[in-house]
Amino acid sequence: MKDFLRRFMKNKGAVVGLAIFLLVVGVAISAPFLYDGSPWMMVADPLMTPFQDAQYPLGTDMLGRDIAAGMAYGAQVSLLISLISTAVAVIVGVAIGAIAGYNGGWLDDLLMRITEFFQTIPQLAMAVVLVAIFTPSIYSIVGAIALVSWPPVARLVRSEFLSLRQREFVQAAVVIGLRPGRIIFTQILPNAMSSIIITASLMVATAILTESALSFLGLGDRNMMSWGFMIGAARTMLREAAWMSILPGLAILLTVLAINLIGEGLSDALNPQLRNRGEK
Amino acid sequence: MTLPEPSSPLLSIRNLSVRLPGTGERSHAVKGVSFDLLRGEILCIVGESGSGKSISANAIMGLLPSYLRPEQGEILFDGQDLLKQSESELLALRGRRIGMIFQEPMSALNPTMRVGQQIAEVMDTHNAYPGTQRQQRVLELLELVGLPDPRTLQHSYPFRLSGGQRQRVMIAMALALEPDILIADEPTTALDVTTQAQILELIQKIQRSMGMGVMFITHDFGVVADIADRIVVMEKGLLVEQGVAAQILDAPQHPYTQRLIAAVPTGRSSVTAVAVGSAPVLDVRNLMKTYSTGGGLFKPARVVHAVNDVSFTVARGETLGIVGESGSGKSSIGKCLLKLQSIDGGQIFFDGQDIAPLSQSAFRPQRQKLQMIFQDPFASLNPRHTVGRILTDGPIANGVPRAEAERRARELLALVELEASAYDRYPNEFSGGQRQRVGIARALALQPDLLVADESVSALDVSVQAQVLALLQDIQQRLGVAMVFITHDLRVAAQICHKVGVMHQGCMVEYGTPEQILSNPKQLYTRRLIDAMPGKAWDRQRADASV
Amino acid sequence: MNILFSAISKLAKALGVIFAVVVVNFFLIRLAPGDPASIMAGEAGASDPQYVARLREQFGLDQPLLVQLWSYIKGILHFDWGFSYRMKLPVLDLILDRLPATLLLMGAAFVFSIVLGILLGVLSAKTRYTGQRRWLDSVIVSAALVLYATPLFWLSLLAIILFSVVLGWLPAFGMQSVGVELTGWAHIKDVALHLILPTVSLGTFYMAMYVRLTRASLLEVMGMDFVKTARAKGVSASHVMRRHVLRNGLLPVVTFCGIQLGQMAGGAVLTETVFGWPGIGRLMFDALMQRDYQLLLGIFLVTSAMVVLFNLLTDLVYRLVDPRIEFEGGK
Repeated sequence: MKDFLRRFMKNKGAVVGLAIFLLVVGVAISAPFLYDGSPWMMVADPLMTPFQDAQYPLGTDMLGRDIAAGMAYGAQVSLLISLISTAVAVIVGVAIGAIAGYNGGWLDDLLMRITEFFQTIPQLAMAVVLVAIFTPSIYSIVGAIALVSWPPVARLVRSEFLSLRQREFVQAAVVIGLRPGRIIFTQILPNAMSSIIITASLMVATAILTESALSFLGLGDRNMMSWGFMIGAARTMLREAAWMSILPGLAILLTVLAINLIGEGLSDALNPQLRNRGEK
Repeated sequence: MTLPEPSSPLLSIRNLSVRLPGTGERSHAVKGVSFDLLRGEILCIVGESGSGKSISANAIMGLLPSYLRPEQGEILFDGQDLLKQSESELLALRGRRIGMIFQEPMSALNPTMRVGQQIAEVMDTHNAYPGTQRQQRVLELLELVGLPDPRTLQHSYPFRLSGGQRQRVMIAMALALEPDILIADEPTTALDVTTQAQILELIQKIQRSMGMGVMFITHDFGVVADIADRIVVMEKGLLVEQGVAAQILDAPQHPYTQRLIAAVPTGRSSVTAVAVGSAPVLDVRNLMKTYSTGGGLFKPARVVHAVNDVSFTVARGETLGIVGESGSGKSSIGKCLLKLQSIDGGQIFFDGQDIAPLSQSAFRPQRQKLQMIFQDPFASLNPRHTVGRILTDGPIANGVPRAEAERRARELLALVELEASAYDRYPNEFSGGQRQRVGIARALALQPDLLVADESVSALDVSVQAQVLALLQDIQQRLGVAMVFITHDLRVAAQICHKVGVMHQGCMVEYGTPEQILSNPKQLYTRRLIDAMPGKAWDRQRADASV
Repeated sequence: MNILFSAISKLAKALGVIFAVVVVNFFLIRLAPGDPASIMAGEAGASDPQYVARLREQFGLDQPLLVQLWSYIKGILHFDWGFSYRMKLPVLDLILDRLPATLLLMGAAFVFSIVLGILLGVLSAKTRYTGQRRWLDSVIVSAALVLYATPLFWLSLLAIILFSVVLGWLPAFGMQSVGVELTGWAHIKDVALHLILPTVSLGTFYMAMYVRLTRASLLEVMGMDFVKTARAKGVSASHVMRRHVLRNGLLPVVTFCGIQLGQMAGGAVLTETVFGWPGIGRLMFDALMQRDYQLLLGIFLVTSAMVVLFNLLTDLVYRLVDPRIEFEGGK
C-alpha cells in the first residue's frame, strides 16, 4: 500500500488532479451549508457580472439566480450521477466479462455479441433516446449512462480473465483442488483489479461529460441544477452574458481533467511491475 | 576449428564498465571487462542471466538503452574507439562492418514488411549492390542460409516462416554486406534442439568460408563445446576467466567456471534403481488429445493430434521422462494427466481407477494425489499472495485444519531448503530458483503420489537447475513419490529418469531406459535428436573422466 | 475466397445489428411509461384524439405483440418509418433531407481529427525517439489532455464567442448565409466558411483522442525487437521511424476509427444544435423538444446504421492494410 502511494505521488499531474478533485468534492458536500435554499431561487438582480458583488462572486443569471450556488449544487449532481452510473456499469461489466472470460464456449459468444451490439450503437444517441423515452429523472439518467458505458468494462474484464485463466498460478489453483468460485475471487479477480480500477476512474470522467451533454440538451432531471443545464440555459445570452456559459463549462473541464490525471496516476502506480525476467 | 592467427585482434574491449541506474544491490551491469576478438575465430561468451554478456555485446554496436551508458573503457575496432563515435559514424558501421543477430526470431522481424525487402534494406541503407544486383544478392543470400525456394520466399511475410527460418533470414540480413564481425546474441536459445543444431552448423560454415570473427553469446556450455575456439566466462558483470576452448572446458581454473561446468548434465544416469515389482501408480493407455481449428461452411476443420495413442506406466518411486521438441505433445500429456484439458480418448489409470471420464467436480477430491510443478517460476505463483498462503491454500481447501496446514508448510520450507522467514514474504522477493522451490513445496503440501514436472527447470540458469534437480531426486528417494518429468533436454532426462519416452508429433516413438535409448536408438527421429544434442563429445569425455 | 467469405459474414453481422436496433426501437415505445399511441403521436399529435385513434388502428396496438413486431419490421423495410405530426412530413423524408448536411459535417470533422491527430501524435512520439525537442512532446501531451476533458458543446460555444462575437471572423449559425441565393463557387465558399467552426469544434475532442492513441501506439512499437534489428542494420532513425515504426504503429489506430465515428455521431447532435447546422443531429434535438418520438427513433436508427456501416468500412480498410489478416491469420 505504501509503495502504491509513493508511486502515485511521484506523478505530479496526478497529485494536482487529486487536489482539484477533492476541492470539487468539498464544494459539493458543503453546498447546502454555503447556500441554504435551492439554487433555483431568484435571489438578486438578474445578469449581474461576476466579481462585482461580494455576495454573488460569480454573478447571477437572467432570472436572478446565484451562479455560484448553481455551480456548487451542480457539483453535487455531476459527482453523484457519474459515480453511481459508473459503479453500476462496472458491476454489470465485471459480471458479464468474468462469466464470458472464465467459461468460454457458447456463453462467451452470446455475451460478446450482446456486448458488441451495445458498443457499436452510438453512445450519446442511445443515451438521449433512453432518457427521452423514459422521461428525464435521476434514475433514467443514471440507467442510461450505465447502459451505454458497461461494454468496455466487460471487454476488458473478459480479456483479462481469458489471459489470467491460462496463467500458470491459476492452473496451479485448479491442480491443488480449489473450486471455480474460489479461484475467480481469490486468484483471478485481484489480479484483474488494477485494470478495472483504472478503467473505472476514466469512466467517471466520461460519465460527467455525458451527463452534462444530456442536461445541455434539456434532458436533465428538472429538480436538479446541473452544470450542463446552466450552459444550455445560457445559450440565448451568449453575447450579453458570456460568463454564464463560460463558468460552468470551466467547472466541467477542471473536474474531468482532474479525474483523467488521477486515472493516469493510478495507471502508473498500479502497473510498474512488468514481470521481472532476469536480464540476459 | 581454425587456429587463431597471431596478428592484431579484430575487436578489442578494454576495461569496459557500464553503470546501472538507481540504487539496487548491484552498481554495475558490467565492470572492468577486457577481452579480444581475433580474426577468423569463434569466441564464445558464456554466462548465466545477469552476467552482463548481452550488455557487452550491445555496447559494441552502440545499441544500449539510454539509461545504460558506458562510464569508462574503450572498444577498439579498426583503430577507432567505438564508444567515442557519433551516431552517424556508428550507423555506417552497423550492418556493413559489424553484423548482429538476436535471440527472439519470432519478434525480430518487421511483421508488415516482406522478407526480401528487409534483407534489401541493409543494402539500401549502405548504398551497396545498386539496381538489379540487389535482387540477385537477396536471392543469393537466401540460398546461402539454406532457405528453400528463394524466389517465392523473398515475397513472404515473416509470419509465414518458422522460428528456424526466421533466424536464417536474420543471418542473411546480418551477412549481406560481408561484415568483418558477426555478433550473435543467444541466437539459438529460443529454438528447438534440432533446429539449433542446423543453425550452429550454418554459422560455422559461413564463418569458415568468409573468415569472419564471430562473437557468440550463450549460456549453454554444450554449444560452447561444439563451436568455440576461445571462451570468455562472465559472472555478475565481471570477467572471471578466458582462454582457449580446450583449456577452459577440460581444466577450468576459476571456481565459478568449475561450478558451471559441473552443473551441465552429462547424459549419464545418476538414479538409484527402483525396487522391482512395485505396482504402477500411473498406467496410461492409448491417450488421445486432438485440437480442431478453423472450419466453416465450406472448409473442413483442421484436426491436429496433439497426443496420438500414447501409453506408458510409472511405478512408485520411479521417474519417467517425456522428451520432445515444441509441438511434440509432451506438454499436452502433462495437462491431460492433471485434467487441465479434456481428454479425447484413452484411459488414465491412477491407483487402479480410470480418472479420464471423471467430471471436474467428481475428480476434485482426488486432485491432491496428482500434483504439478510448473515451468515459469515468474508466473506460477500468485504475485499477491504470501508464500505461506500459497503453501496452505491447497491443504486447507482439501479439509486439513489451518494449524496443521501451517505446520506442514513450515516443514516443507525446510525440506526445499528455503529459510523459515520466507513464509511471510511475497514471491517477487525471491529468485527464479527459489520460486521453483516454493512451487515444489506447494505440490508436496498435498502429499501426492504422483508429481508431474512440466519443464520445471527449463527456465532456470544451469547452476540453479542442477540444484533443483538434485532436490527433486532427494525428495523422491525420501518420500517415494512417482514422477513424470517433461523436458526438451535429453541430457537432463537421461540423468535423472529411470525410463524415458521420446515424443514426436504426438506419438511416443521410443520408450526405454536412458542407456537403451542413447546407445541404441531405434527410430530415425530419436537418432536425429541425439545427434543434435550440443556438446556430445565433450559430455562423453567428462563423464568418462569422472568415473 | 476467404476474403469474400469473411466480408459476407461481416455484412451479415452488420445487418444483424441494424435489425436489432429496429427491434429495440419497437420495444422502447412499448416499455415507456404511458400509452404507446400517445407516445408515438408525439406532444403535438397527442392533443389530436382522432390522430391518436388512427395511429392505434394503424399500428394494431390491440393485437398480440409478435404480430405488431412483424408489421413494424415490415413497415421499416417498406420505408414507412412513421410520420411526424408537427412537421407534417414522413419521418424518412425528413431524415433524408437533412442527412447530407450531417455527412458533410462528420466527414470534415473526421478528416480534421484524424489528420491532425495522427500528425501531432507522430510528432510527439518522434521527439521522444530522437530525443530532440522533447518540450514539444510535453506541450502536445498536455494540450491533448486538456482538450480531451473539454465538453464538446461548451467548446462550440466558446468558439462562437471568440470567432463570431468578439472577432467577427466567422459565421456562427447555419450552413449558409440567410437571405442570399448563391450558386457555384460563391455557394461553396459560403458553405465552407460556415463549416469551419462546427468542424473544428466537433473534431477537436476526437483529435485529442487520436493524438493520445497514435502516440501510445508508436511508443509501444518503438520498444519492439524488430526496431532494434533495424538499428543493428545501420538504418537511420528517420528511416526506422518511417519504415518500421509508423507502418506497424498506425495499424491499431485504424481499428479505433470505427469506434470514434460512433462517438462522433453523438457529438454531431451537440454541435449541430449549437450551430444550428441543418443536419439530423439538429433534427434530433428538435424531435426531443417536441417529444416527437417516431422521428426520434427514426433518427436513432439512421445514426446506428451509419455507424455500423462506417465500422464495416474501417474493418475492410484494416484488412487490406495489415498483411497478416489477408491470409488465414498466420501461425
